[in-house]
Amino acid sequence: MDARHTPNWRRYPALYAALWKNSVVREMQFKTNFLLWIVVELLWFALQLAFMSVVYAHTDEIAGWTRWQVVLLVGCSNLVQQLFTAFFLSNLMEVSEHIRTGRLDFMLLLPVNTRFLVSMRKVDLGAFANAAAAAAVVGYALHRLGHRPSAAEWLGFGAMSLAGLAVHYSLMFLLSTVAFYTVRAQGIVFGYYNLFNIARIPDGAFPPGTFRRVFTFVLPMILVANVPARALLGTLQSAVPMALLAGMALALFAASEAFWRRALKHYAGAGS
Amino acid sequence: MRKYLHVLGIGIQNTLVYRANFLFRAAASLIPLAGTIYLWKAIYGGRAAGDSFGGYTLAQMVSYYLLVTLVDAFTAVAEDDWQIAAEIKDGNISQFLLKPIDYLAYRLCLYVSGRAIYTTVALVPVGIFLFVLRGYLVPPHDNLALAAFVASCLLAGLLQFFLAYVMAMLAFWVLDVSTFIFIQFAFEYIASGHLFPLDILPAGLARAIQFTPYPYLLHFPVSVYLGRTGGTQLWQGLAVQAAWVVAGYAAARFAWNRGVRRYSAVGG
Repeated sequence: MDARHTPNWRRYPALYAALWKNSVVREMQFKTNFLLWIVVELLWFALQLAFMSVVYAHTDEIAGWTRWQVVLLVGCSNLVQQLFTAFFLSNLMEVSEHIRTGRLDFMLLLPVNTRFLVSMRKVDLGAFANAAAAAAVVGYALHRLGHRPSAAEWLGFGAMSLAGLAVHYSLMFLLSTVAFYTVRAQGIVFGYYNLFNIARIPDGAFPPGTFRRVFTFVLPMILVANVPARALLGTLQSAVPMALLAGMALALFAASEAFWRRALKHYAGAGS
Repeated sequence: MRKYLHVLGIGIQNTLVYRANFLFRAAASLIPLAGTIYLWKAIYGGRAAGDSFGGYTLAQMVSYYLLVTLVDAFTAVAEDDWQIAAEIKDGNISQFLLKPIDYLAYRLCLYVSGRAIYTTVALVPVGIFLFVLRGYLVPPHDNLALAAFVASCLLAGLLQFFLAYVMAMLAFWVLDVSTFIFIQFAFEYIASGHLFPLDILPAGLARAIQFTPYPYLLHFPVSVYLGRTGGTQLWQGLAVQAAWVVAGYAAARFAWNRGVRRYSAVGG
């Protein structure tokens, strides 16, 4: 097909399919390694669940959340985190490397949206296995709670999980764009791992104050898993948290796009 | 001996380059710590004042995590295991086989210099954090506990280093050691008491973990500070910790000797 006669956006599904194929081929070259990474992630997930089960051996509720509600929360937080890992994480970790080695120059020359290419070049297939494990934990927790979510609750859960995914992606994209200004961005990107730890804590544990404000309105980690979990459990008192998470996702995405454009203007190419 | 002092100096100069990185890393690690402390406050929130959780009051529990952060800053390996594995894989250790320098002692010097710089840099953000939470930080049980705490931190550092060294030796046998290191780290994270104090675990499990070296990395020094391990238990604990250090040293030497025999210096 001649690219000049096809509307631009129509080429993207085929392009993304080709990128997927490349990822599969790449991962299958090192099968043992691929399986071991799934084991590593499963172990850390099990560790978080072990922590909660040890705590609930001594208590019945934390900040209004019962045992299986918290298991569902940990599951949601891991689901969103693993989907983020599957689609974006390794790509965004490489941005500073693309800049340092000059590979970004070639990407800028390709007739494709550079942000798309930088963000979605690779797919981490192992993370889908871990996302499935997280989904299974969410399902089991629902079973233990004896809660059968309504269609609206499922819809709210799906939409809010996507918003949480968008928050992780936009924030991490913002952080990796810092690489245009300093070569030390790698450390900042690794620091993002620390934020995941906030996402799986029940929201009621954070008293009103600076910490809660920062992690709601600047880095909305308190929202990314708590809101989808509450949507599924039907424990949202109003639509405000949903609107807030959706709004934060949009605002952060817009901010990341603005910063990306500014950084590209500032960029002068590698070695110049 | 002079040459190792020289290595120490080089190590300090090399890691000083990363001081901004260290500062950022130390500050970023306080975010999950703050989250954990909020979580524990909420857990205690549902209980009567002065009530204890597995034998810990809220102040003791918060102190536990603060001390774990301190001991961890002081002893954790940063890049040492990756670097050793990379030097084996890339064939860079060939030069150490030819030079009159002992690789284990060389790496130990680099570890010590790295920790010295990291602890100094981390002191700023961690110090501010401790100051904010000073109301929760309980003082050491007594002077003996403080002295024993310092001694067991030093032993914990050695044990941590030998553990990382042995893990890195896997690079002689497998191409990519990173997954093994992460799997080992997951076990270490729970069994060393990093995730929560080991005494809140079911008794059988807690006792089983005591037979591994892991509790001596974090849990033991911290419980010495808090006075939860005292009297004969204290001396016994220090002796067992020292024995694990010796065992770690022996394992490190053994793994190196076996590894070098297999080593063929690909591209070295």
